[in-house]
Amino acid sequence: MALAQVKQNATEARLDSMTLPEGGCLKAARAAALSRVQTMGLPTRRDEYWKYTRPDTLVQPGAPKASLFKTDESMMFSGVSRLKIVFVDGVFDPEQSDDLEMEGVRIDRLEDICCKDIHWAKDVYGVLEARGQTPVERPLAALNTAFAEDGVAIHVFGKPSKPISLIYQHSDENSDAMLHNVVRVETGAEATILENGPAASRFNKCMEMDIADGGVLHHVRAQGRDHERRAATYMFARLGKESVYKSFTLTVNGVLTRNEQVVELTGDDAVAHVAGACVGDGDFHHDDTVFITHDAVNCESRQVFKKVLRNGATGVFQGKILVKEGAQKTDGYQISQSLLLDDDSQFLAKPELEIYADDVACSHGSTSGAIDETALYYLRSRGVPVDEATALLTLAFLAEAVEEIEDDGLAEGIVSRLEGWLARRR
Amino acid sequence: MLEIKNLHVKLEEEDKEILKGVDLTIEAGKVHAIMGPNGSGKSTLSYVLSGRDGYEVTEGSATLEGEELLELEPEERAALGMFLAFQYPVEIPGVGNMTFLRTAVNAQRKARGEEELSAAEFLKVVRAKAKTLKIDAEMLKRPVNVGFSGGEKKRNEILQMAMLEPKMCILDETDSGLDVDAMKLVSEGVNALRDAGRGFLVITHYQRLLDHIKPDVVHIMADGRIVKSGGPELALEVEHNGYADILAEVA
Ligand SMILES: Nc1ncnc2c1ncn2[C@@H]1O[C@H](COP(=O)(O)OP(=O)(O)OP(=O)(O)O)[C@@H](O)[C@H]1O
Ligand SMILES: [Mg+2]
Repeated sequence: MALAQVKQNATEARLDSMTLPEGGCLKAARAAALSRVQTMGLPTRRDEYWKYTRPDTLVQPGAPKASLFKTDESMMFSGVSRLKIVFVDGVFDPEQSDDLEMEGVRIDRLEDICCKDIHWAKDVYGVLEARGQTPVERPLAALNTAFAEDGVAIHVFGKPSKPISLIYQHSDENSDAMLHNVVRVETGAEATILENGPAASRFNKCMEMDIADGGVLHHVRAQGRDHERRAATYMFARLGKESVYKSFTLTVNGVLTRNEQVVELTGDDAVAHVAGACVGDGDFHHDDTVFITHDAVNCESRQVFKKVLRNGATGVFQGKILVKEGAQKTDGYQISQSLLLDDDSQFLAKPELEIYADDVACSHGSTSGAIDETALYYLRSRGVPVDEATALLTLAFLAEAVEEIEDDGLAEGIVSRLEGWLARRR
Repeated sequence: MLEIKNLHVKLEEEDKEILKGVDLTIEAGKVHAIMGPNGSGKSTLSYVLSGRDGYEVTEGSATLEGEELLELEPEERAALGMFLAFQYPVEIPGVGNMTFLRTAVNAQRKARGEEELSAAEFLKVVRAKAKTLKIDAEMLKRPVNVGFSGGEKKRNEILQMAMLEPKMCILDETDSGLDVDAMKLVSEGVNALRDAGRGFLVITHYQRLLDHIKPDVVHIMADGRIVKSGGPELALEVEHNGYADILAEVA
């Protein structure tokens, strides 16, 4: 069978298994997204950006079963004062959620944006995703725009006092969830969005973030630990003049994770930092795919990704900086590193730079290595047992990524989660 | 305290013998110095005693207060009281100096079945000891040895030694890279630790350090062996005449 036919069959099989939601005011956006999916086809292993990560279980109709992970450890961010919005297997749970009221922000459920006539959300929904399809196709994100029924619209016009915390619980071993969140940060406004939890057996999540001039958005996420869960997540950010977007993701286990970040710097002097730390064991497969477009003057972007892999775990990093014509004074930095705790694990990296302006400073680096034996010996010679010394050096390796989190309290929470992982695996 | 008998060591990777039968006994309360030409095996001896990988003991033994050292992991030796101040202290990016010190102190206390120090107690002790070595708060916060000057690294080694209070202290060229004032500080740090229950092995090329840390015995190492031992006057002889005479005499 011809390749195109294989792709088409797989796409049709998936689409046949789903029903397009009643559109309301999003009808046109959903229809357009559906036709994008049909035109592109869902990903196969042959697609350029899916060479290192098998998309089949993300594409197939129905989610592979994923058992629930039982733990006594408190949930991530549980000590943080925050506004909680809870989804169980991808469905909003009003019982566990807080009142969606807070100063400086308005939060609505996706299903309400039509009846409440929330204009800005209609202008963002599917729009940033569609922009993010060129030059690299992201058909699973278009699938999300077409079919996602739940999610929230977050309109930040002030400086809310607490983070907005999206909590994704997993309760059904066969759940197949899609969520679509849209965010608009107005001029001079500032907010922090937290995300945590395994979400579902299979999770497809799309978040579109439109950040106006001078707006600031912090994003800190901890992806759930259920060993068998799968996730494909998409963060689309568009940044106006002097705006700031800083995103950090911690991933601890999960059999398959594909995190895409698509960031467009459209206004001068904007700043985008995306960072990630992941630790994985065994059949863990973790993929960060990042695309940052500089389309304005004097913008700064940073990508800092660190992966700790053991027992045959696989890490993937595909990161690109595209500097468009005229995007002078661009400062672009990218680093991706893996720490391989044994010979079975592997790290596959594809760093890319594409530059069409002459006055730019861009650098990228990628390394893969084992624990520094000399440092290990030094620590042990001071009496630190080998496991503890290894854990200390592992945390030190991850520190550069964790330091990207501006809020010290949130960073400490992330570090203690990492310490927990290391302690369990001694 | 430390008893080394007929120690033969070769490199694990290649067939090269570096220590060719070292005999050395250091009594509690004494300070021994080792001098010797570059490449004679002084650092190798200190690494083998502290448990570094890459060396193979082919013959001989080393015991600390009667306990066989050479079979033990580095951390077990440390818990028994072995300490090496490195010739080249290691930089560890991402690990704060304070975290490093606290982890080490508490790990050793735990291994010996003692209570761990509370954060407050630890801080108090470390601040006081750092002050005498002129190590400021900023240096304690920085990652271990990263961006430290050569002299700062050596002072940091002595701080670790002061915190860990080991029984057997080996100092490998702790004087190299130190200015005159720092040499005094470091020597005072070492002298403050001198007591009846503790042994020292000071590796150095210069008499200068031994003016401050007065040795009881001086050994000359050449080509993987201790070729001559004597009193403090032996160091002065090296200072004036170099090694040529001594090596000729034992050859
Ligand atoms: N890992 C190694 N690989 C190769 N050669 C080694 C290794 N370790 C030690 N040697 C060699 O063993 C010999 C002894 O080295 P060592 O560092 O112990 O000398 P040293 O007496 O401390 O010298 P210095 O006074 O210069 O510090 C040298 O010839 C050195 O090159
Ligand atoms: Mg040496």
